[in-house]
Amino acid sequence: MSKTKQANLPFAIAHFSPDELRAALRKMYLIRKFEEGAEDCYTRGLIHGTMHLSIGQEASAVGSCMVLEPDDQITSTHRGHGHCVAKGAQASKMFAEFFGKETGYCKGRGGSMHIADFESGNLGANGIVAGGIPIAVGAALTSKRLKTNKVVLCFFGDGANNEGAFHESLNMASVWKLPVVFICENNKYGMSTSTERSTSVPQIAQRATSYSMPGITVDGNDLSAISEAVSEAVARARDGDGPSLIESMTYRWRGHSKSDRNRYRTKEEIAEWMEKDPILRLSTLLREHNIVSEQDIKDIEASVDAEIADAIEFARTSPDPITADVARDVYTEVSA
Amino acid sequence: MNMEPKPQETALVEMSYAEAIRDALDIALSTDERVVLMGEDIGVYGGAFQVTGDLVHKYGEERVMDTPISELGGAGVAVGAALTGLRPVFEFQFSDFAMLAMEQICNQAAKLRYMLGGAVSVPLVMRFPAGSGTGAAAQHSQSLEAWLAHVPGLKVIQPATPHDVKGMLLAALEDPDPVMVFEHKILYKSKGMVPAGYYTVPIGKAEVRREGSDVTIVASSIMVHKALDAASELEEAGISAEVIDLRSIRPIDKETIFSSIRKTSRLVCVYEGVKTLGIGAEISAMVAESAVFDFLDAPILRLGGSESPIPYNPNLEKAAVPQTPEIVEKVSQLVKGKI
Repeated sequence: MSKTKQANLPFAIAHFSPDELRAALRKMYLIRKFEEGAEDCYTRGLIHGTMHLSIGQEASAVGSCMVLEPDDQITSTHRGHGHCVAKGAQASKMFAEFFGKETGYCKGRGGSMHIADFESGNLGANGIVAGGIPIAVGAALTSKRLKTNKVVLCFFGDGANNEGAFHESLNMASVWKLPVVFICENNKYGMSTSTERSTSVPQIAQRATSYSMPGITVDGNDLSAISEAVSEAVARARDGDGPSLIESMTYRWRGHSKSDRNRYRTKEEIAEWMEKDPILRLSTLLREHNIVSEQDIKDIEASVDAEIADAIEFARTSPDPITADVARDVYTEVSA
Repeated sequence: MNMEPKPQETALVEMSYAEAIRDALDIALSTDERVVLMGEDIGVYGGAFQVTGDLVHKYGEERVMDTPISELGGAGVAVGAALTGLRPVFEFQFSDFAMLAMEQICNQAAKLRYMLGGAVSVPLVMRFPAGSGTGAAAQHSQSLEAWLAHVPGLKVIQPATPHDVKGMLLAALEDPDPVMVFEHKILYKSKGMVPAGYYTVPIGKAEVRREGSDVTIVASSIMVHKALDAASELEEAGISAEVIDLRSIRPIDKETIFSSIRKTSRLVCVYEGVKTLGIGAEISAMVAESAVFDFLDAPILRLGGSESPIPYNPNLEKAAVPQTPEIVEKVSQLVKGKI
């Protein structure tokens, strides 16, 4: 990442190398195609249960994670496939988990809502709204106590901002000045209930005032804007100046989960947000700055399509867990 | 943890249950930099029951951390810290307050290892001052150990003596999984002989506290002491009671219970938690499901907490949990075939 700031250029263009920007675009495509592939497999009956898709929110995940060092950590949510890919997980092991296979990230025990990849610094998605927020603060406490210099990015949705765990966690992170960045991905609805109907402040970033930390609202569909805000907050955290709250305004094109009939929002609203496609916005920006060509984009799409096809095939042909192992890994086996 | 088990110290020191806990925490803090204590008012106040005492002066506020009154968030911070390399010991001021933190205990700490396919462990110790007898009424007097023992992924222990609480706490700090330590508040001032220095008492092993031949009394925590008092009285009446101190309720030491029943042919379970669906129900069912059931010469008897919240009035409070005279009477009736 180039540290020199150039005037009048979007942050991302000024701060990231062309290779980093191309990699970011590819990751956003990968998230989109991963989720489309997962949805397709679900429709065809290859995946059971449910899933929460983040299609339309890819810039928020990739723009946030691209400013991190490899050792930095994240916590994620039930809508966490994008965060997982953005932090460096492999699509093949993610698909294997969705298929419930022994080769998946959680050996088929967790599924879509519990994927973690400690090797890449992803401490896990979470099935409980706001469940990961105090865990992120705990990880930041470890960083401070053991002086590892790691920063923790804590992703959560707008729904989590009304949970007690959110308020308790922001307070403790602030009191103890911990290296954690809270990223609220505000996609306007906690399941069906809008922030207007559920939340006492117009912008969730305003909650930061109560906890004496910087709070900022950014366009979460603009990779450059989100990466700029997260970059500043990460630097502040790493310098020992404590936490920040970033509200990333975005939108999920799909329903809350597979049971959603979209009764709480209009087709016009969905169409309006689809116009703000974060992938199209980044590819347009990169083309304007001659960082990618039309052919580059086609090449990225083709390589992602091949990666997804291979990942699904890996998942489909991987072995199922054996049922006798249903109670394995409840406790750690201690070797004598 | 980095503590090499030293040769067993033979020197015994008399100390209270609370002092024995503090001794264990002191050893852990001094030998492993990853250990941090967290809880409400555990710093300069010394803890609501003076368990942490002056440890903050020895180790500083960074390692003996006063948390805000945020049980859910605080417990979650401890889970996250345990997941990433610290060894937190989290004190709930009263075990009742842990209900505010059930999400983090039961959905997160207990399940993370399993949900993630065994990729991680959560080496977390939580301490729960529990039980009645302090006149603090319904929201400060409960025995919730059976609640947590219902959750796979947690270990739940109830040490009854200063010796055991120190050794089991040090064992809990060696354990890779979350261990919930239930400490009866009335025991905090009870004294006993405790080995100086480092030692562990294994989690999952019951202890026969008194041998007998007519009836097996399985008790936990403070009820061990009441059962032992009852056994002395019963002896005067010619009844020989064996008393088993359960010590750990998840995992539970089936074999020690079963071998005692093979000898005595009678079983009484005594516990302070609410009788229905409690520890005694589980032990009774374990026996009923096994071949050891054939050894029984009498119905199984459970003496547990009353089907009510813990009341304030001292007479009512005593009546709400098993007491020694009741144990004597019921066991005596059982042995004489009157139940």
